[in-house]
Amino acid sequence: MQKIDLVDRDLFNPGHAACPGCQESLALRAILNTIGPDAAAVFPPSCGAVICGPHPYSSLQIPVFQTSLESAAAAASGLRRALNQRGKHDTTVVCFAGDGGTYDIGFQALSSAVERNENILYVCFDNEGYMNTGAQKSSSTPLHASTASTPGGKPSKKKDIIGILAAHGIPYVATAATGHMNDLIAKVEKSLTIEGTRFLAVLVPCLDGWGLPDDSGVSVSRLAVDSGMWPLYEVEQGHRYTLNHDNKTRPVADYLSLQKRYRHLDETQLAEVQAAVDQDWAQLRRRAAESTEARASG
Amino acid sequence: MSSITNLADHQLLSGNHAVAWGARLARPQVIPVYPITPQSPIMEKLGDFHAAGEIDAEVLTPESEHSAMAAAIAASLAGARVFTATASQGILLMHELLHYAAGGRAPIVMCNVNRTVASPWAFWPDATDSLSQRDTGWIQLYSETPQESLDSTIQAFRVAETVSLPTMVCHDAFYVSHAMEPVALPDQALVDGYLPAYDPEHFVEPGRGESFGYVIDQATFNRTRRDLDEAMARVPETLEEADTAWRELTGRSYGVIERYRLDDADTAIVTMGSMAGTARVAVDEMRAAGERVGLLKVRLFRPFPVAHVRTALAGIGRAVVLDRNYSPGLGGMLHQELKAALFGLNGSTPAVHGLLAGVGGVNVTPEKIRQFVGDTTDREPQPQSLWVE
Repeated sequence: MQKIDLVDRDLFNPGHAACPGCQESLALRAILNTIGPDAAAVFPPSCGAVICGPHPYSSLQIPVFQTSLESAAAAASGLRRALNQRGKHDTTVVCFAGDGGTYDIGFQALSSAVERNENILYVCFDNEGYMNTGAQKSSSTPLHASTASTPGGKPSKKKDIIGILAAHGIPYVATAATGHMNDLIAKVEKSLTIEGTRFLAVLVPCLDGWGLPDDSGVSVSRLAVDSGMWPLYEVEQGHRYTLNHDNKTRPVADYLSLQKRYRHLDETQLAEVQAAVDQDWAQLRRRAAESTEARASG
Repeated sequence: MSSITNLADHQLLSGNHAVAWGARLARPQVIPVYPITPQSPIMEKLGDFHAAGEIDAEVLTPESEHSAMAAAIAASLAGARVFTATASQGILLMHELLHYAAGGRAPIVMCNVNRTVASPWAFWPDATDSLSQRDTGWIQLYSETPQESLDSTIQAFRVAETVSLPTMVCHDAFYVSHAMEPVALPDQALVDGYLPAYDPEHFVEPGRGESFGYVIDQATFNRTRRDLDEAMARVPETLEEADTAWRELTGRSYGVIERYRLDDADTAIVTMGSMAGTARVAVDEMRAAGERVGLLKVRLFRPFPVAHVRTALAGIGRAVVLDRNYSPGLGGMLHQELKAALFGLNGSTPAVHGLLAGVGGVNVTPEKIRQFVGDTTDREPQPQSLWVE
């Protein structure tokens, strides 16, 4: 059992439109309540945008602007600049986008916002596909995962969004997962102390899209971390790596075997996934160690 | 058109710099903008103003026109006065978000410099770019001169913010955008009196409980379009009011449409933008030759000023429409809009001749216009537009 350090300020209302057991709504509740009421949000079309509404109801107690699918970071930039002009420098502008709206169609606008170092917090709810439109692949879909548009399994690797954003020199970029809520909350809190663009990728296992029982979201999320498929880490200023959960204890098979999207995997493919995860994990540990050494030597 | 009596308050400005001055005088708070030929001098001039501390605005330079418009909409809905500018492929890249802006009732003002649309790649005056955006819900004004572009930019904010609709001020590539003329610069205090600070009823701000753009049901969506229609219907009178107030302050006004030497005319040339300037010369020449020809300049294209053009053209025998734009499969867009606007005038409907003149930036001289008009005298009007050269 783990106590979750969340002060719930009722900023996320019950009765919203998420599926039962939805991990995204769980993350949204934690993030909103950690940020607090002095905030305004931008959503592109996504599960999150559906969870917001429908009009005239809102499940969020902060104002929301829903923009187009490609433009979350651009719209957030415009909102930020307008609030600055109106003297609201301290209001947090937060983007909530899916992985399609982040890794794919919204990436150009995101890259530009990061390049300009817009003072926004960008949260990507990463469920590794276009779940709101029926579970098609995105460039966040992992190797060999089956989706509605890659029924035989996706032949290419998941895009390394964290590495790409780190290469922009973004002040703060981190991964988080719903199975590690205190880590998620701590990262949101930390991001609020930083000026400039901050990016948080939160793994939100999609029960419907991944083929999981309604009550399994949190445990699958923990397995994603324990298997090294979704390591918890943060990168500051593009180069200071910190591994927040330095303990890869499970084979990927323990994580993959629970999900319908990997049911077709043969031994060779499974070994391929395991090898890729081991390689990425080793690289991540090396970078974290180098950052620790660099800090020690001042 | 007013004659210049005092050059002391004039500057020699290109149309683009005149627009930048108009925007500056309107005190925009957020300017998201992306460069494109031949719009870039607007952006660069605003950048100069900003660097010199002469405008207090957030200038945002994203990676595309699409993002520029996305930022513009969010900033506008957060209660800021927003200006941007674009041209050609830029306005086409914005297309999706032009709908978002109008649907969201964001009173952004944008200058579009009318330039050919690829492919093939070209840079010449042609209004197909913005005319093809006529169904997006933006108010569209077309300007003939740098002075009109400056004045229209300021008027556009007043109209946009009154009816909560985005507004574009369009002027032709090079003929207006880069041609220089003495332009009267109004005093900042005069503009401040004409255009008070933007103070919307609804906007994004913590504690207000207002959100924008949520999923809605069919009936509510339908109502948003009826509301938009009502706002559009208010535009001609709102523009007339804004234009009259401007005339009282500056002596300059342009109308919703302009009737030039049309009172006793049997033939009306109907056109927009810089072509109106050329047609004006042609009209004077034909009048001098004893021909009863006048000009109807359409300044407001969206909403199309149906009542105005019906009144202006009722009883005139012939209307010759000059379109420097082309809708494949349809023809000239002003020609088509005008024919629809004149529907049901019955006995007093003019014979409407639609001419595709100067498409792609081909030069159209006053002599050519005289020839085009002359050629219509013994030709039956056709439903489709005709290519002329």
